[in-house]
Amino acid sequence: MRNATEQTNFLNELQKKSFQYFLDLYNPNNGLIPDTDENNAPASITGVGFALSSYPVAVEKKLLSREEAVKRTLVTLKFFFESEQSEKLNATGYKGFYYHFLDMKTGCRTWKSELSIIDTGFLLAGVICTAEYFKQKNESEVEIQKLASGILNRVDWRWALDERAALSHGWRPESSFIHYDWEGYSEALLLYCLALGSDNFAVSKKSFEAWSSTYQWENIYDVDFLYAGPFFIHLFSHAWIDFRDIRDKFMHAKKIDYFENTRRAIQVQRAYCIRNPKNFIGYGKNCWGITADAGPDYYKQFRSGDEVVFFGYSARGVPYGPDDGTIAPWACVASLPFDPDSAFDAINHLHQTYPQLRGKYGFKCSFNMSINPVWFLERFYAMDVGIIIMMIENAQSGLVWNLMKKSRILQRGLTRAGFSGGWLEGKSS
Amino acid sequence: MKKAYFHWELPQEPPLFDDLFNQNLIKEVHPEDWVNPIPAKCYNLVIIGGGTAGLVAAAEAARFGAKVALIERSFLGGNCLNVACIPSKTLARAGRVCSDIRYAASYGVQGNLPLENFEVDFPKVMERIRKIRARIGRHDSAERFRDLGVDVFFGEATFKDEKTIKVNHLILRFKKALVATGSRPATPNIPGLAESGYITNETVFNLNELPKRLMVIGGGPLGCEFAQAFQRLGAKVIVVQNKTLFLPNEERDAAQLLSDSFAKDGMQLRLNTTVSKISLHGKEKLVELSNQNNTEVVAVDEILTGVGRTRNVEGLGLENANIHFNLKNGIMVNDFLQTTNPRVFAAGDVCSDFMYTHAASAAARIVIQNALFRKHKRISKLVIPWCTYTDPEVAHVGVYVRDARAKDLPIKSYTILMHQIDRSIIDGEETGFVKVHVREGTDQILGATIVARHAGEMINEVSLAMVMGLGLADLEKVIHSYPTQAEAIPKAGDAYVKTKLSPRFENAARLWFKLIR
Repeated sequence: MRNATEQTNFLNELQKKSFQYFLDLYNPNNGLIPDTDENNAPASITGVGFALSSYPVAVEKKLLSREEAVKRTLVTLKFFFESEQSEKLNATGYKGFYYHFLDMKTGCRTWKSELSIIDTGFLLAGVICTAEYFKQKNESEVEIQKLASGILNRVDWRWALDERAALSHGWRPESSFIHYDWEGYSEALLLYCLALGSDNFAVSKKSFEAWSSTYQWENIYDVDFLYAGPFFIHLFSHAWIDFRDIRDKFMHAKKIDYFENTRRAIQVQRAYCIRNPKNFIGYGKNCWGITADAGPDYYKQFRSGDEVVFFGYSARGVPYGPDDGTIAPWACVASLPFDPDSAFDAINHLHQTYPQLRGKYGFKCSFNMSINPVWFLERFYAMDVGIIIMMIENAQSGLVWNLMKKSRILQRGLTRAGFSGGWLEGKSS
Repeated sequence: MKKAYFHWELPQEPPLFDDLFNQNLIKEVHPEDWVNPIPAKCYNLVIIGGGTAGLVAAAEAARFGAKVALIERSFLGGNCLNVACIPSKTLARAGRVCSDIRYAASYGVQGNLPLENFEVDFPKVMERIRKIRARIGRHDSAERFRDLGVDVFFGEATFKDEKTIKVNHLILRFKKALVATGSRPATPNIPGLAESGYITNETVFNLNELPKRLMVIGGGPLGCEFAQAFQRLGAKVIVVQNKTLFLPNEERDAAQLLSDSFAKDGMQLRLNTTVSKISLHGKEKLVELSNQNNTEVVAVDEILTGVGRTRNVEGLGLENANIHFNLKNGIMVNDFLQTTNPRVFAAGDVCSDFMYTHAASAAARIVIQNALFRKHKRISKLVIPWCTYTDPEVAHVGVYVRDARAKDLPIKSYTILMHQIDRSIIDGEETGFVKVHVREGTDQILGATIVARHAGEMINEVSLAMVMGLGLADLEKVIHSYPTQAEAIPKAGDAYVKTKLSPRFENAARLWFKLIR
């Protein structure tokens, strides 16, 4: 790709292919989106959150008519508002939260999955995004507003604290709350902003403080940044929130913002892959993106006398690992808003070097050149294609960010978390 | 003839070993023909407990000419020599050898036999432990302390009142006393555990046959060390930890790297899991594990528990001497290690959360200063490093990031990965890091965590800097031999120094060099 126009065309085409996932796999009866494109895959509520956020993008990019997007959004929101919320083992949700995986047809809890606080957060972000976009004064879009309010206002964030300071990872009807809490820098930044901004069940700032109390400000490879290992942590909340120039107490003290922090995390990813301490094939300045995703299934293989363990689905990260040579190209695409040059160099490199990466819905989600035979993930994940759609758009037009900036819940949540400056100036809490 | 046995709490346990090494050890640390001396009229210092704190205090006090009595109910040398540091690190060393052999091919070393199929002679491994223990035990021998001028008594000690201690039928009067009775393994309250039988660090060294399947209950330092050593020696080990991480007090990244290392060793890890009950079926122990609402039953041959320590405060008559204590926290002491009886001091595990040999030793020296020379040395002023001797080792000194942040103390970590260090690459020992925590905006070292194969050796350099008030920039100035793994420490200093170069300075320098070329 020699010039800006070719780059734009390439990204538009990638965005279009990625969106095809949602077009093909959406269930018109309930709006659910399968976690992967494999047969009989359950729905993932995170996937739905990404789909909802992608519909406005698709309308703007003329990948979907506004009428069709409204129709899809309405079906989805109706399902989530009307489906069973109870302690029953096969309900769809409880206390306003939803189970991580739902049956594609019935919408009931499946795989004995947990009532997932974080995945509900991504779903709700999608609800907010779509509600901020479909605001015309016609019957359908007014209905979207009502349903969105209904879904958002009943989420009992205080219950999810389980009488502790930080939000729990989740709950199961069989055994109550999971023993892990959301503490330390992670993708839960978005979650806390939503929980703090709730109309009816807002958590206090103490929860945000409990979450951020284990932040690690580190200098690694001569880069100062708020550490988190798996790269998606530096991306997921940013898919919805524009953190440029807004700072909480922690970032104020560090004189940067979370957006800049992600840019630095990209530097660390690149530095790690240039060093390539485990000698994995392909790693380099234009081949990075070590994050949570599927990889070669768990087993050991000897390569040049060294034992390599492959981890299957794992939260890979740098620099401490785990790392088994698996790269997620979507992570490079999602880096476009933060460091366009590094991101595009990587995208271009991956596209040119590995034609096997080109799949039905764009870039295959992950690959590993260090295993014999080389390995490409043959299934697509809804959240991986979703973040590609959203981050290309954020880099090009800022559409998702700008929609989310209008959300009262988010404004209030950010302000209560202590964020100020930038686009938050003048917004009331 | 007295047989050698090693069961701290239950000396009536039948002896397992009667080899030369244990006989030699017994001769040193509890000679069977020992005759307690006739007590002096009054002692400057009476010490209850012949472990690390007691021995160090006795030697120090005797060196200064004090009249000292040392009372031990079992073996001199305490946990460290007999059932903890010395034997467990010897066991770990054998495990490390196995690991090195297992990966020898990646260094280009091949044997006549496939190295993966090498055999471990477990009785020999245990014999080496006994041999080393006997050798090191010479330093803790009763005779040596008698020669130093210490009156060594073997027997149960009980305070009669605030100034008197009874040992067997003898009465010892004192001006000052030190209680250094240490701790013992806590017993988890698990239905069926006692009936099914289990081992602890006090009994594990009686084993003469490697358990094929071993469950280790507890993912703290002790559990982790034993689990990895046994796995490497050939047992199939399952570690059960009721928390979300191993070494829960350490930094997450350290615990994560350790988990990865355990997985590489082939250990089965059960985090966030509790043992709900155990039953005995023939020789097999069936252990029911619970994780949230899921339960499974696992069959093992042996169970090792390592779930914390209980302080040895019972049966000492502490109440007769007005010494306050409780079972959880042990003997209450002030910052000068003085108990609620001003004549009596305490040191080591019985009163301290720093349950390490080196901490007990340092505490004993403080007691000598404060008790015999009326000084006011504070335990809180000590810089105490510690290390978990897994592979990689996990060592720490000073504050943790979470503690600093809880106190709103601005903290920044300078991290050097071991894969940035040439010697680590050479050695194939790249797993780990050096993290030095400084007060942000300064180079004042607040603490450090090191994960590396020799982290226990490396942490001492950071401890030295903290004791001497050296900053991270000072460590950058110290020339280190090349290539060594400890180079990671000055590299952290170098990373700090680089952050001090302001963009303005860099621009000015660039301009200057442009002008002069």
